[in-house]
Amino acid sequence: MVEDSWYLILSALLFTIGGAGLLVRRNPLVMFMCVELMLNAVNITFVTFARTLDDVGGQVVVFFVLVVAAAEVVVGLGIIVSILRRRPGATADDVSLLRG
Amino acid sequence: MDVAVFVVAGAIILGGALGVVISPNPVHSALMLVATLFGVAVIFVQQEAHFLAAVQVIVYAGAIVVLFLFVIMLLGVDKAEQLSTEPLGGQRPAAAAVALAGLGLVVLLAVQAAEITGARAVSGELSGEDSNLEILGRSLFTDYLFAFEATSALLVIAVVGAVVLARRPQEPVAESD
Repeated sequence: MVEDSWYLILSALLFTIGGAGLLVRRNPLVMFMCVELMLNAVNITFVTFARTLDDVGGQVVVFFVLVVAAAEVVVGLGIIVSILRRRPGATADDVSLLRG
Repeated sequence: MDVAVFVVAGAIILGGALGVVISPNPVHSALMLVATLFGVAVIFVQQEAHFLAAVQVIVYAGAIVVLFLFVIMLLGVDKAEQLSTEPLGGQRPAAAAVALAGLGLVVLLAVQAAEITGARAVSGELSGEDSNLEILGRSLFTDYLFAFEATSALLVIAVVGAVVLARRPQEPVAESD
C-alpha cells in the first residue's frame, strides 16, 4: 500500500530538482525544461489530493495547468527564438536588460 | 505490486529530472524530460487519473518536448555546454542550500500531516460508477465552463503571440519612383 505522503515527498523531490536546475543552469531552453519539471511536481500533488479527498476539482486543476503550460511554452520558445536569432549563443546572463 | 510500481516510476521520474539538470547537451536534457513525464503519467494511472495520464503522454511528451527539440535543432544550439566552471561564484552552493531548505520544509510538512484533512467533494465526487473521463468531462462543462472558455481564448492569444514573435522583421522596402 502506497501512502499518500510518499507521493507528496516524491513531488517535493521533483520540485526541488527543478528549482535547483532553474537557479543553476544558464541555457534558456534548459531553464524552461526545469519549469516544466516544477509544474509536473505540482500536478502530482493535485492528483494525490484529488484522490484522497474524493474531489474531481484537483484533476480539473491539473487539466488547466497542462493547457497553461502548453501556452507558456509556445510563447516562451517564440521569445527565445527571436532573441537567439539576433544574438546567437545567448545565455540568460546576456539578456539581463529589457532592450535589444 | 503497488509499491513496486511506485518505486520504479519514482526512480524514473527522479533520474530523468536529474538528467535534465545535469546533462550538458540540451538535446539530452529534452530526452530525459520525456522519461520524467512518462513516469509522472504512470503515477497518474496509479492515482486513478486515467484521462490525465493519456493527456500527459500526448500533450507533454508528444507536443511540448517535440517543440523543444524543433527549437533546439532549428537554432543549432545542440552543442554541449561547459558546465565545469561556475559563471557566478558561489551560486551552486547557494542554490543547493536554498533547494535543500525548501525540500526539508515540505517533507517535514508531508510527514507531520500524515492525515490529510479538508472538505470532501466540494465540486463533485471522483469515485462513482461513471468512468474517470465522464466525471471529469461533466465537471469541466458545468462547474468549470467559464474557465474552460477562458483557456480557449488563452490558446488563441498564445498562437497569435508566437506567430508575431517568431516572424522575421520585414526588410524596409526600397523607395523607387
